[in-house]
Order: sequence, then structure tokens, then C-alpha cells
Amino acid sequence: MCMVEVSSIPKAVPACATPVADGMVIQTSSQKAIDAQKAVMEFLLINHPLDCPVCDQGGECELQDLSVGYGNDVSRYVEGKRVVTDKNLGPLIATDMTRCIHCTRCVRFGQEVVGLREMGATGRGEHVEIGTYIEASMSSEVSANIIDLCPVGALTAKPSRYKARAWELRESPSIAAHDCLGSNVSVHHRRGEIIRVVPRENEAINEVWLSDRDRFSYQALNEGKRLLKPRVKRDGEWVECDWQTALNFVVSEMKRIIGASDGNNFGALVGNNSTLEESYLVQKVIRGLGCNNIDFRTRRRDYSADEMGNVRSGLNFPLADLSNMDATLLIAGDLRQEQPLAALRVRKSTGFGKAMAINPFDGEYNFRLSHEIQPEPHLLAQEVACLLAAVVSKVKDVAADVSDWLSDVSFNDTHLAMAQELIDADKSALLLGVYVQEHSQAEVINWLAEQISELTGSNWGYMTQGCNAAGNNLAGAVPYQADVGGRATTGKNAKQMLTEGLKGYLIHNCEPDVESIWNEQALENFKKAEFLVALTSYADGRMQDYATVMLPIAGNYEASGTFINIEGVWQTFAAVVNAPGETRPAWKVLRVLGNLFDLKGFEYESSRQIHDELKEKHELAGDKKIARKTPAALSAASKDDSLRDSLGLYLVDPMVRRASALQQTPKASTHPISISRVKT
Amino acid sequence: MTDLNYDKSLKLKQLLPAKAVKEIDHWITKYPAERKRPPIMPALKVVQEYNGNYLTEESMQAVAEYLDVPPVAVYEVASFYTMFHLNKMGKHVVSVCTNISCSLRGSDKVIKHLQDRLNIKLGETTKDGLFSLKEVECMAACGGAPMLEVDKVYHENLTEEKIDQILSDIAALDASSKEGK
Repeated sequence: MCMVEVSSIPKAVPACATPVADGMVIQTSSQKAIDAQKAVMEFLLINHPLDCPVCDQGGECELQDLSVGYGNDVSRYVEGKRVVTDKNLGPLIATDMTRCIHCTRCVRFGQEVVGLREMGATGRGEHVEIGTYIEASMSSEVSANIIDLCPVGALTAKPSRYKARAWELRESPSIAAHDCLGSNVSVHHRRGEIIRVVPRENEAINEVWLSDRDRFSYQALNEGKRLLKPRVKRDGEWVECDWQTALNFVVSEMKRIIGASDGNNFGALVGNNSTLEESYLVQKVIRGLGCNNIDFRTRRRDYSADEMGNVRSGLNFPLADLSNMDATLLIAGDLRQEQPLAALRVRKSTGFGKAMAINPFDGEYNFRLSHEIQPEPHLLAQEVACLLAAVVSKVKDVAADVSDWLSDVSFNDTHLAMAQELIDADKSALLLGVYVQEHSQAEVINWLAEQISELTGSNWGYMTQGCNAAGNNLAGAVPYQADVGGRATTGKNAKQMLTEGLKGYLIHNCEPDVESIWNEQALENFKKAEFLVALTSYADGRMQDYATVMLPIAGNYEASGTFINIEGVWQTFAAVVNAPGETRPAWKVLRVLGNLFDLKGFEYESSRQIHDELKEKHELAGDKKIARKTPAALSAASKDDSLRDSLGLYLVDPMVRRASALQQTPKASTHPISISRVKT
Repeated sequence: MTDLNYDKSLKLKQLLPAKAVKEIDHWITKYPAERKRPPIMPALKVVQEYNGNYLTEESMQAVAEYLDVPPVAVYEVASFYTMFHLNKMGKHVVSVCTNISCSLRGSDKVIKHLQDRLNIKLGETTKDGLFSLKEVECMAACGGAPMLEVDKVYHENLTEEKIDQILSDIAALDASSKEGK
């Protein structure tokens, strides 16, 4: 379709495939060019069915648009059109392969962007077919991007198929909530129902892509069993009631338990994907009542750095630079599973740079590793120490305490080669995966990585679970500090709350009985507790057994809020659709709770005010920089204590666990998980 | 999951005799080492030769693993070129070109005659398993159109008599080689 007329060439030529030369005079809309464009259009339509009225792409179809501009009213072809059998690509992508015009964008996406070529063009001439040849579900975690790339209706989204026409939809911007990148999305909705979620371009974060997890999680809001009215358990039976009754009950029970124990016997757990405002209000309520037991890190084993105040998390370089690194070292980083779009960036960097990994598990990589070490999980810290020793052997000016600490550590050629690559690279980065923060020696590994990055001049990035770990930290949803790093009496951390057993709990937007490393103990202790109030969007799951009160809160896209991503970008979003039934945004529920407790400073009229209050405090206080102390000598971690009990790509949070299409993908069923699946 | 100890060459080695694998290795050395895809074609040719003149999904998978390329890249090559057969074929595959030059010079008559004579349709194999009939793309013998290829020999400027002669020659050769045994 890009045929142009070039002065020195007698035939019209495709602009996209013709190199520029000196003295070229190019006509894009001369008669010759337009005739050629129309001829190409006619060819494209020879085999393309004229079924726009029943095609899901109708109204947002590139071919339809082009044919309005360049097509003839009547086809000159009377021959029969080609028919191609549809392929089954799994639960996310619907196919109508007869409509395919063989642009091969989907093939090239797999080959060039993902690095996992699953689609191909088989056959020849008129018999060319796009597909996987042998029927198989797409196994890539970013596969659904080919739906956006497909210019026609050959590849469409299965979950939203035939739900709505493009022109009936309204588009609202929002932020995806399932990994720490904070991908930008556009939510397409009609009459209060979310129809689909598509990527919104942001070169600094998600470029033009979106992971399948962020794209299809919205299904949980429509299809999940939603909690529509507050519920209180009376004599073992759930009774629906109005907000006033439920909140009054919560207030009296919390006052009773917190009052009786000086706040020691009550604890609050916040979900990884809670907004900044919600986390801030939860801690404000809890701390206002004199209780400091609040945490969101239910998958952390090592809390030894808590006493220093702030734990380093995030990136010290722009996320987009991940695409330009000359050397990237992954330490226990399973990017494809944890931050799928970061894996695309690292892959891009391996076009010229190197990627290396010290991963204590069989990683799935979509790029080649120049060096790989696969230690046993409990020996991860030792392996990173070996690398540091190798680095130290190659650089000058090493601090005495570091070289002392390393006196017994030996290293081999692989460590040396890795060290050399980090030192030689102009731009390099260490990426510590989510698993590092779950490791029982997390703080030692963090310290080691810090030394390596300093000595080799590398950047560092500490990947986190969920989309708002940075925000939760800043909001003070942690036992060691109040909001923006303010002082607070140290309370119990997530491990203590879940394993020691408390009399009362408040859980907000999370299911520690599923997500936590101590999920079994959590379940036991929750059942034993006298009182547990759950702020939740869903009415199913084991929560029904252990909660005393369930308060319906709005899910993602139903409430306004802010997420702070790994790079430290504050991304505020408005509600896209109304929450169903008597469901209320969590910040409103927490504000009313604050008022009912007669606490000061709960006069917010919008989530924006909460945001502004925090932003102002944060600008005044600035980021705290804390120097890590040299850790004690290294000993092997206990084997049981450092198991990789990964949450799995599609089990990370309550919303994803209830997204039906994602749960049917091969990734959901085959990924190793040590936790029992939630009943849906 | 990647298993670091998984031997990617194992499947092919189990499928083919050592001699054939050596042949494929020889072809691999002919292309730049960082280019993985060029040896697909010669490798498939070798596999087909040792695999009863056709390719199975299993053998294509094995080639993909051996050459470290995505399986679909192998399927693309195998399904594109008409010299690769994806189904069990007869002993002699009669490949008739139907591209423009042959078509203008009467390849439709060639095909009709072959179909009548062998009593099979395009893409089928005779009951005795001796002949398969296949429509193929241009084999670069336009000067002698219409043409067919059988047992790696080109036969050009075809007429009905010539086709009969080719088929009976092959049958006679088969019979004599049987007697020779």
C-alpha cells in the first residue's frame, strides 16, 4: 500500500523497501502512484472475505480503512475465495484465518520482539497459512499483543469477542496493577462494563506492549464472584447488613482488641496492589489506634534491615535504559514470569549487549545468556559472594571491610568472566529478581549486589512483587516506619503476624492464606482469631471460612488512586467504571472508619487530597539514603528456608487468580506452584 | 523449563543412523556458525532420504532441536518446498510443474493423462505403492515445458506417448532390479 513513484524508476515501487538515493524525486500521490496503490488494494481483497458486518474487527480495521480510501466499489474478481481453517491458539486469542492477509506482523513480533517464534507462514503461494503448524496454545506471556498488531480480524481477543463494537466503547486511561512496571493501559468500557483493556503507549514504561496478565485480568471484575454488600458472621452464618452496622461492629471489635493489648494483639496486612492512598489510610487508622503491626510484605523471610528504616527497592536508572545495557546481570530474576515487559527490554539489549544470570532455578529466557550459574536456592548468597570476590580481584580501591569479609571466598572462571563483562561494559545493570527479596538471606544478597554495582560502576534494580511496593513503603504500610519514612515504634512484621497468631486482623485487598510464604500458618491463625475484618472485592475463596466481617471494596479500574512504580514514578488514575452493588472505594471506607474512631485528619473529600498530602510530605522529607552495614560472615541458609515456592505468573494477586481466561492458559497450569489453587 | 543437561541432539541421533547425522554435520559446516537457519534445507533433505522419502512431525522437531531453531521455522521450509513430502509417498514421485510456462504449453493435459493412466488424483498414491502424483512449482526448465520430474530426472517437452514411455521404463527397471535380487 505504500507504492510511490520515483523519478528514475519506471515502475512504482514500495516505499518501505526502497533505499533512499541521491537525487531521488518521489511522488506519493501522482496518478501512477495512486494507480499502483489501488492495484495493491485490489490484490489484498482478492481472497479477503467481505464479512465486515460479522467481523469483530469491523470499525477498527486497518484494511477496512484502506479499502475505503483506495478500494473499488465493485470487485472485478468472480473466482472463488480461499478458505483457511482456523487455528486454536489457546484461551486468549481467537482466530479467523480466512481473513488473514499475510502481513506477518504476528510472526515478526514473535521473532523480533519476544524472541520466541511460535507463529510462522507455512505453505507456498496461494496455500500460505499463518499459524503454529502443529496445533498449540501460544505459550508466551505477552502473546496477546498480536491481537493489537493484526491489521484485520484474523486475530482477535477471545474473552471480549462479539461483546461490543469499537464505536460503542469509551476509552479511559488507567494503570495496570500486576507487576512493578506499572504499564499504562486504556480501558475500553460500555455502559459501566469493562469490555477490554489495551496498552496505552508510554515509551518510558511499557512502550506499546502489554503483558497478557495486565490485559486480561479485568475479567475478574466482570466474572468473579463479587462481594456486593457488607457481611457479618453471626453464629457461624454470614448475614448481609448495611454499611453502618458493619462498620460499627468493626469499630467496637477493633477498639476492644487493640485496647485490651496495647495494640499488640491486632495486625493489619495490606495487599501488594493496594493504592498509595489506601495503604496510607490503613496505616493511619491502625497507628492512630496505637497499633504498629502493619505490613504488606507477606512473602519476605528476611526482615533484618527493617531496623535501619528504609529498605532499598526500585531502580536507580530509567526503566527504558534496560533496553540499552551493554551488560545485564540477573540475580534470581525470572523476568518473563515476574515483569514480562522488562524481559522484552533485556532481550532488546542483547542485540548488542550481554545478559548473564545467577538464577537458582531453571529460568525461561527469551534471550541468550553469555554466562549462567545455577546454584541451589540456599546457596544463592554464596554464589553472589563469589562474584563479588571475582570483582574485587580485578579492581583497585576496595574498602578494607569488604576485602576482609571476602577473605575465605573463592571464585572460578565463570565468576571472573561475569565480573569482567560488568567492568568492561559502558552501561551495565544488576537486576535482583523478586525471589531475592523472598530469600532468607535477602539483606546479605542486597549488600553484596550493592558492593558489586559500586565496584563495577553498574546500575542496580531491585524488582518487587506487585505493582505498588514502593508506594506501600512510602505510605508507611510497614512495621518499621510511618509514612514517608517517619519514625514509628516498630511493630510486628508480616511473618510475625501470620505465624505467631493474633487475636484480631485487618486484611486489605489480599489473601495471605494463598499469597504468603506462610500461607498454611496464616490460614490456621486466621481461623483461630477472634476477629478478622477483610476489605475485599470478592466473595469467594477461603476468606469465607476465616473472616468475621467482609467489607466490599472497589477493584482496580473502579476506584481512583496512585501507584508508584519501580522507577519511582507516581502514576495517578481516575476510576473508570462504577463499582457494583454497595461496593465502595477502599479509601472512602477507611476515611469513614477513621471518622468513626474519632481520629484526627480524616476529612478527605477525594483521593486526590490524600495523594497531595503525601506528595507534599514526601517533597519535604526527600528520599532517605541509608548505608547498609557490613553483614556478619556468611553461612549457608537452611534448605527449607530458601525454597523457591514461586507464586506463578497467573497467581500473583486476588484479581489475577479470578481471571478465567488466564487461568486456562498452559502457563497457569504447568507453572510450578507449591500453594493450593484457589477455588473459583 | 530449560534443563541444562538436556541434549538437543539426542532426538535426531535416535532417529537417524550415525552416517546421516554426519552428513548433516557436514552441511552445517558450510554455513556461518551464527546463522542457524540455512542448514535446515539440506538437513531436511538428508532426513527425508533416510526416513522413507517423507518427513514426520517428529523428525522435523528433531531437526529443529538439532539445529537450535524454532520448530515452526523448520515447518515453514518443509511446507514451502515441494521436494519435501509431508505424507508417506509412493516409490516414485511424479512431480508435474503447473507454473506459467508449463501451463501455457499444456501441463493440464499432462496431468489429466497421468491421472487417467495411474488411476489416481493429484496428491494420491497408486494402490501398489509404486507411483505418487504431485503438482509442483517451477523447476527452472521452462525451455522444455511442459515438464515433469521423477526420481531426480527431468523429462521435458512431454507428450502422451513420452509419458507412457517414462512410466513403462520405470516399471521395467523396477521389475529387472527385483529379478536381479
